[in-house]
Amino acid sequence: MSREVAFWASLAAVLAAGLWFTGSYDNEYYFNFAYAVLQGVVMAIAWNILGGFAGYVNFGSAGFFAVGAYTAIALSKLAALPMVVLIVAAGLVCGLIGLAIGLLTLRLRGVYFAIATLAVAIVFETLIDNWEFVGGAGGTYIIPPATAWFFDSYVEYLFFVMLALAVVATAVSRIMNRSRLGRGLAAIREDEVAAECAGVPTLQLKLIATTAMGVLMGFAGAPYGFYATYVDPVSAFSLLIAVNAIAMPMIGGTEMWLGPIIGALLLGSAQKIATVTISSELNLLIVGAALVAFITFAPRGIVGLVGSLWNRRR
Amino acid sequence: MISIVRSAAALAAALYLAAASGAAFAQEPIRIGFSMALTGGLAGAGKPALIAMQIWRDDVNEAGGLLGRPVEFVYYDDQTNPAEVPGIYSKLIDVDGVDLVVSSYGTNLIAPAMPIIMRKQMVFMSLFGLDVNTQFGYDRYFQIMPAGAPDPKVNWSRGFIDIAVENGVRTIALVGADAEFSRNAVAGARANAEAAGLEIVYDESYKGTTTDFTPIIRAIQATSPDAVFVGSYPPDTVGMVRAASELGLDTELFGGGMVGAQYATIQQSLGSMLNGIVNYDFWVPEPTLDFPGVEEFLAKYQERAEGQGVDPLGHYLPPYAYAYLQVLGAAVEAVGGIDQEKIAAHIRDNTFETVVGTVAFGEKGEWATPRVLQVQFQNVADNDLDQFRTAGKRVVIKPDEWRSGDLIFPYTEAR
Amino acid sequence: MITAELFANAVVSGVLLGGFYAAVAVGLSIAFGQLDIVNIAHPSFVVAGSFAAFALNDALGLDPILVGVLVAPLFFLAGAVIYRVYFQSFERTGQESLRGLVFFFGIMFIAEVALILSYGVDYRLVEASYIGGNWKIGAVDLPLRMLVPFVVALSMTTAIWLYLSRTFTGRAIQAVAQDRLALQLMGADPIRIKQHAFGLAVATAAIAGSLLIIIGPVEPSIGRIYIGKVFAIVVLGGMGSISGTLIAAFILGIAESMVATFAGPSWSNAVAFGILLVTLAVRPQGLMGRT
Repeated sequence: MSREVAFWASLAAVLAAGLWFTGSYDNEYYFNFAYAVLQGVVMAIAWNILGGFAGYVNFGSAGFFAVGAYTAIALSKLAALPMVVLIVAAGLVCGLIGLAIGLLTLRLRGVYFAIATLAVAIVFETLIDNWEFVGGAGGTYIIPPATAWFFDSYVEYLFFVMLALAVVATAVSRIMNRSRLGRGLAAIREDEVAAECAGVPTLQLKLIATTAMGVLMGFAGAPYGFYATYVDPVSAFSLLIAVNAIAMPMIGGTEMWLGPIIGALLLGSAQKIATVTISSELNLLIVGAALVAFITFAPRGIVGLVGSLWNRRR
Repeated sequence: MISIVRSAAALAAALYLAAASGAAFAQEPIRIGFSMALTGGLAGAGKPALIAMQIWRDDVNEAGGLLGRPVEFVYYDDQTNPAEVPGIYSKLIDVDGVDLVVSSYGTNLIAPAMPIIMRKQMVFMSLFGLDVNTQFGYDRYFQIMPAGAPDPKVNWSRGFIDIAVENGVRTIALVGADAEFSRNAVAGARANAEAAGLEIVYDESYKGTTTDFTPIIRAIQATSPDAVFVGSYPPDTVGMVRAASELGLDTELFGGGMVGAQYATIQQSLGSMLNGIVNYDFWVPEPTLDFPGVEEFLAKYQERAEGQGVDPLGHYLPPYAYAYLQVLGAAVEAVGGIDQEKIAAHIRDNTFETVVGTVAFGEKGEWATPRVLQVQFQNVADNDLDQFRTAGKRVVIKPDEWRSGDLIFPYTEAR
Repeated sequence: MITAELFANAVVSGVLLGGFYAAVAVGLSIAFGQLDIVNIAHPSFVVAGSFAAFALNDALGLDPILVGVLVAPLFFLAGAVIYRVYFQSFERTGQESLRGLVFFFGIMFIAEVALILSYGVDYRLVEASYIGGNWKIGAVDLPLRMLVPFVVALSMTTAIWLYLSRTFTGRAIQAVAQDRLALQLMGADPIRIKQHAFGLAVATAAIAGSLLIIIGPVEPSIGRIYIGKVFAIVVLGGMGSISGTLIAAFILGIAESMVATFAGPSWSNAVAFGILLVTLAVRPQGLMGRT
């Protein structure tokens, strides 16, 4: 079986497994847990398209996420729209923002770009803080229905939605990674000036990357209101979302499409487990220590570590 | 560190007991589950609440338990993050299989639990959320904060506006932090002021990350208000009070909805700057509020709180954290079993004697009769924690039935 | 209504606040501006400085600023150690910006947890005779709680500026960012110079922390509020320029103060970052940065 077929078959298998889980298990907590981890997966994959592939660090991931969440919330306050519509809308809005950021910051390199993304996130946070329609700084409530589609509970439905989004994100990421686009982004990452001299259309590629990142982060944020039921700017624009979006790909490995997934599954699960076991300020310590340890000892992430061990064995 | 060992031990014990007991033994513990803000912005009140709740658990267990069964807690830190709450309650109910649930502290952390609580039809005693139940309309929700039915947001500032009107105030400035509670408090004050015919000369909000409040106080001063109502969180309360004192804010009535002015460390630090301020509170050591059991409880709390880096006196949240479990426990005893519907009905239909007095619930699960105190700081000296242990420094002005002293008016005199 | 008095006071408030912001930002200006080290944990170090001031103020009654000065050498050492680890792990191998960033994120969380474990989550304040006092010059108020930190901040920033421009080590620090090889040829060890500089940057956090807790109450996670502001100041001012940092800090402080006085405080943050975005779009090297 060729690798291509194997890949698409595994994605289909993942979706099927997800459906099977929702059918066989009733315990809402596990779906709750899985949703949170999968949200991290989508954010990590999205971040990595620009951060890992192209080398442009986005500090303001929480901004995209929150705008996605609030787009969905605002639309759902206007009319009872199906989740798919909300997700697409959120993706569109955030994609446009991604495009705009790409255009505005075309002269910025390296850390300047990162600071600009942070500034954009803060500006959006302030705008939403003052937007009464979605509750402003006081936050807003979403009361989700008890069930949706054929699922036994709403959480199972949200889990499946996020699983589908994760599959989509994985597909997009892998396609980008392995295409000419991906090679172009890698050239930008290694040496942008040289890439330009070699004829790589750097601006175009960067814009595609920022837009794709925006769209996927918007997707990740869209169902958030329905998951958390209470959303306010502080929690939606949370620093932890931004940090995780960077940490998960770094821990997993930024050069390949698989890295962010591994990093998100590990770090996301660790955090959720810690919340209901150790459950204290030590949660933060896990994040901090994991970041320091991985970044110091496994610079190319888990994928890189496994890769070098594999190579050594040969 | 101790709390981690304790919670791990409690969890291990609970799991062991749950696993080991096939049939229902009479000694099977009653497990109460909740999330609590142990880290993050609200931890300064969340941790003291947990200590108070643990005192209740230990008191009950010493006296033979609830229905003869020992009480155990299963709790997790929600990190003051609303997104953690649904997952935590899902785990508590579906995985840990707790018998009863109570809430975390604060509106932002109570509301996200409501959908799952409502789906599982459980009784939900909750701790200090402002007007959470309006959008849910859940009949098994009960709120121990005495803001009161039917409109807690408005009741919050009613006493303050009443004092204003009674003393001839005509103009008022409203200012508050850009966050859930303070917006609600200011909204209520706005409604009350408009209903009372006061002219609102300043009406702004500020971001919680503001460092210097001098410009805000000055802008307020420029409108020459007779009264200033502030809805603030602890760091901004300190900022506002200090700026007002430094600039010599010239107004007749100042205070209203400042969270943090009830915290012992802040009271000690602000000292005499607090004099004259009329602010909300729920319990102070004044003779009119000397309910049975409260002093004893506070003594236990203060002993446990030492060295924990939490509020040393525990006058604000802890008595209510103890009381809301008293209500739950009494209802469980009265009903004779863990029946969510009967327990809810019992709480709805009865009054309870607690360390915060007689508690009765009305519409939407709020207190039938509001009891938001307006307290004036008087004769406060600098840097003295112990002065707050006894009466005389925080004099209850409103409501009239709980009054313990006279208002010194205007604010400029009382300073 | 905009009166002259209100305006003057808003500007003065802004200047006082800006001075304090400069104290917080100068450490990052050295680390990030001179050394290209994205020390996002700098505000956490400042908060650690606040707690040091609290601890000794509470236990021994020492003036918080005095405490800041006393513990600055300890912070210097801590900074040197952290730099060593950073250098060994990242700078030697290249690609340091991004990985260094993640490293410092981790340090930030670890620092926060350490503070929570040591001091709990309650707000802390300090006692000092000048907190609460106010000088009036004509119609302008100068609350001592802001004035004293302002004076200290200005002194510290000036001292750093003089050090960097007048002493050998200081100029070596400025040089090492621009041309390592030339520096080596001149006989200075670049690694030691950078270590020295980073230690200095963290030492400023000790003093800035003592100022922070004078101005308002502090709890372990309060550093997060300052991350954005501090980076905005450093970038706005221009990488590698202390005077730029100072000017940018004043701009930020005045903008915040003006907005709070005249427009409604809820927009202050947006103003600051709006200014930053415009600067990045129009003149990315900042006000005083070299082109």
